[in-house]
Amino acid sequence: MEKREKTIWENLDWTTVLLYLLLVFIGWISIYSAVYDENHSEIFDTTTRYGKQMIWIGVSLLIATMVILIDPKFFSQTSYIWYGFFLLMLIAVLAVGTQTKGAKSWFMIGSFAIQPSEFAKLATALALSKVLSGFEVDMKELKTKFYAILVIAIPMILVLLQNDTGSALVFFTFIFVLFRQGLSSSILIFGGAIILLFILALLINKYVLVGIIFVIMLLGYLFLRRKLSFWVTLLAFILSSIFVLSVDYFFNNALESHQKDRIEVLLGQKKDPQGVSYNVNQSKIAIGSGGFLGKGFLKGTQTKYNFVPEQDTDFIFCTIGEEWGFLGSSLVIAIFVILMVRLIKLAERQRSAFSQIYGYCVASIIFVHFTINIGMTMGLLPVIGIPLPFISYGGSSLIAFTILLFIFLRQDVSRLELV
Amino acid sequence: MKKTLSSRRFVLMGIFIAVGVIYIIRLLFLQVFDDSYAQLANRNALRFVTQYPARGLIYDRKGELLVYNELVYDLMVIPRQVKDLDTNLLCKLVGIDKEQFLSRMQKAYKYSSYAPSSFEKQISKEDFGPIQEKLYLFHGFFAQSRTLRYYPHSVACHVLGYVGEVNENNIKKNPYYKKGDYIGMSGMEKYYEDILRGKKGSKITLVDVHNREKGSFQNGEYDTAAVAGENLYCSIDLELQKYAESLMQNKRGSIVAIEPKTGEILCFVSAPFYDPNLLVGRVRGNNYMDLLNNIAKPLFNRALMAEYPPGSIFKVAQAMIALDMGVISPNTSFACDKSLVGCHQHPSASNVKEAIKMSCNPYFYRVYQRIIQQENPITKKIDSKYGLAYWDEEMKKMGFGTRLGIDLPDVKKGFIPDTGYYNRYYKGGGWNFYTIYSNSIGQGEVGVIPLQMANLAAIVANRGWYIIPHLVKYFGDENKKKRNTKYSNKHLTLIPKEYWDIAVEGMYEVVHQAGGTARKAKIDDIAVCGKTGTAQNYGNDHSVFICFAPKDDPQIALSVYVENAQGGGGSWAAPIASLVVEKYINKEVKRKDFEKMYMEVNPCQPLPLKRYIPKSKKK
Repeated sequence: MEKREKTIWENLDWTTVLLYLLLVFIGWISIYSAVYDENHSEIFDTTTRYGKQMIWIGVSLLIATMVILIDPKFFSQTSYIWYGFFLLMLIAVLAVGTQTKGAKSWFMIGSFAIQPSEFAKLATALALSKVLSGFEVDMKELKTKFYAILVIAIPMILVLLQNDTGSALVFFTFIFVLFRQGLSSSILIFGGAIILLFILALLINKYVLVGIIFVIMLLGYLFLRRKLSFWVTLLAFILSSIFVLSVDYFFNNALESHQKDRIEVLLGQKKDPQGVSYNVNQSKIAIGSGGFLGKGFLKGTQTKYNFVPEQDTDFIFCTIGEEWGFLGSSLVIAIFVILMVRLIKLAERQRSAFSQIYGYCVASIIFVHFTINIGMTMGLLPVIGIPLPFISYGGSSLIAFTILLFIFLRQDVSRLELV
Repeated sequence: MKKTLSSRRFVLMGIFIAVGVIYIIRLLFLQVFDDSYAQLANRNALRFVTQYPARGLIYDRKGELLVYNELVYDLMVIPRQVKDLDTNLLCKLVGIDKEQFLSRMQKAYKYSSYAPSSFEKQISKEDFGPIQEKLYLFHGFFAQSRTLRYYPHSVACHVLGYVGEVNENNIKKNPYYKKGDYIGMSGMEKYYEDILRGKKGSKITLVDVHNREKGSFQNGEYDTAAVAGENLYCSIDLELQKYAESLMQNKRGSIVAIEPKTGEILCFVSAPFYDPNLLVGRVRGNNYMDLLNNIAKPLFNRALMAEYPPGSIFKVAQAMIALDMGVISPNTSFACDKSLVGCHQHPSASNVKEAIKMSCNPYFYRVYQRIIQQENPITKKIDSKYGLAYWDEEMKKMGFGTRLGIDLPDVKKGFIPDTGYYNRYYKGGGWNFYTIYSNSIGQGEVGVIPLQMANLAAIVANRGWYIIPHLVKYFGDENKKKRNTKYSNKHLTLIPKEYWDIAVEGMYEVVHQAGGTARKAKIDDIAVCGKTGTAQNYGNDHSVFICFAPKDDPQIALSVYVENAQGGGGSWAAPIASLVVEKYINKEVKRKDFEKMYMEVNPCQPLPLKRYIPKSKKK
């Protein structure tokens, strides 16, 4: 037993652990700074947000240790159980959950709030890995696609029903996993094209856009090395034109007004510094005023004096940008990119399909959070309220991400064992 | 197949890295290439609070405080930051209703939603207490302490002037002033504005999103301290000023008293006057309108701005010029020929001294004729030009027709007609002595201000020279006063002292000898030298008197003007002047009944309800 434990710690990918600890530390520092109050500056004051986060960090490290000590097969074997459990939780929260900021996504247990949707991502990652790692599963088969999409769609719809659009959007990230497992790349391109067309349709005249699509398709049809079918090209053109022309209808009828506002603010079509664009505006001011070196620890006026709302949760990156400047904030971005690339590398060295797929799930979930959150604080993406992994304040988020990551690290430890 | 799928990891890595790179580039633009965000952050969190300096104090010549400052508070508002306001509570504390609240907020918004504007001005310390207690509840509101001027003795309104809020013109002229600042609007407050106001400072404080102060910015490194204004030590004698005001309290006119040796103004009254405290603080607006609309024009500084005909006091100056020119000798005599110009009943003057004593009009008709024409029948038309030019120049040397540079704003020059004026008036130069002879007795075109008359008294007292009358002796602190060196030049008339001695003797006899026109100005133990004047005017004549005393060592020279008084200079202006002299030299007035009478009786003809039609230059 002792020997086995020793090998576990020896085989653990300490690089990833280090990156994890670094992000958690940066997170805590930033929360401390964001809620800093000269009159209450004790680090271990548990009535403060940084005090509480300190407890969450302790709990997370404890759970991480436990995860490492659990048999790796436990997770693959129980993945459907977890999935089922958290689906039930998602349904339950719809029934008895507490409404905060328009989303009904919290369980209140005493003074603790638990957000099941954070854990639903984890459960979905486990279930999806289980589905796709089955014997003789081929992504090309319709049946596989159906099951995979079902596994992703059920929790996503439940989260959407909680009115937590941001967390629901996160589930789209599994498309990267499916892609790695053999989903036709045209789906990825198709998805990218739809987003691009949506944005362009809101920005420029729709008929001009249809004309541009026509020209591009014509050129593609005539000059591309690999000949495209005429009918496929024509169909693509007609569909995209219809899409472009119906964007307005979708935009005005399918989206809620605050979602429309956020998109319009992002596209610069709406300016209202005191109203809907206040958050983004103040966030950009905070980051922008940091300059190259930053204002220094605890010196950020934007964050310290609460000009940025949600500055310790969704807008935590502002604090980093303001106090640590370009140097600090690009370091954080770099750490995230290194972590994600590292996770892909680790995933690729797995022998078990489950571990590999799960590794991609972890990387993709971190990626989508990272992209949306930081993109939002810098005014590159619409305001979507999801946390920055490991950094934002919040127990559910930190614990869920910790378990997500360490289950994979545990798999990685045993990568050489027989599957 | 597996191999191709495995290579897809590079696509995903590529996407991850690409997003990271895009974000870093974005950061580069936000943080490094664009510094406007830093300014925006400052605009959020920094509040520039102006530190108002204490305005300089004003003391009288004996060190009595004439003007001091009292602390009041302005409630300021930054409209953009107003949030979750308990309007009812605020209105109750400030004492306004909801409509006033809304209109004030609107006004503030109109000025700027980012910059502070005043919501309620000049709240006294007592009233501000309860507001301060609750101030933290009103986001976007803060207090700014200011000082207001107070006048403990309620005197000398026209000398001290008043302070008011700057108008657009002031701001345009001098960018130092910002909306809501105070500036001297009249009197010494205006003239010495630069010295009294000091220098504003600024304090930068950090505020949070709720507009709560969070301490100073960079430990106050960028703060500038306000520099208090310098004090003024003026030459006014508070006791004398009070006394002079009590004499003039129910009259219209002026008293200007000068210390002849130094040109220092001892008292300066323009009646009617008002309590300078009326133009302070929140009551100012209404009081100002009342004073402005008052038919007797209390805001009008008669001593500096009223151009009166000087009347007979001008004869002293005429005599000096004629003697200096050599057109008469001290013993020249002219018969009192009333066919030339009207006169009162008196024996003919046998010399200059007697002419002054008796104030003989025909005598000075002749004198002026000699000045203008030099009595040469052949060339008199041509000579008039030279005569008048000479006369004009001499008059200006005595401070008439030029702006006497007293340290008060808005001083009139008076008017001494010159050849250019008459050439314009009588087109083609068709003028001669006979058209302008009224000047001889101080009527006609000439106009002088009471300050110039007092100055003439000082010139006679000094036997031929004067220092420009002025108010401020010292600037600065009690401990290190700086002398006001601007007024140290002697202005010489270049008329020999022996001629002035004749004037002095004549003026002495005016008061002290039988036949003199101002016997009422006589004080038992002081040798007063004076000259009466009766300035013809619309309505009753003005009663005018200039004098100085004591004769041999003059300590005070003054002019008294009583508008539309019944009787000549000797009946009102002279006794009032003598009371001022007695008060100043003896410190106490013994002639109590005399004093009582002149204090209580108002000789001034009531003003018609309609305002006077402006005087024309030509009688």
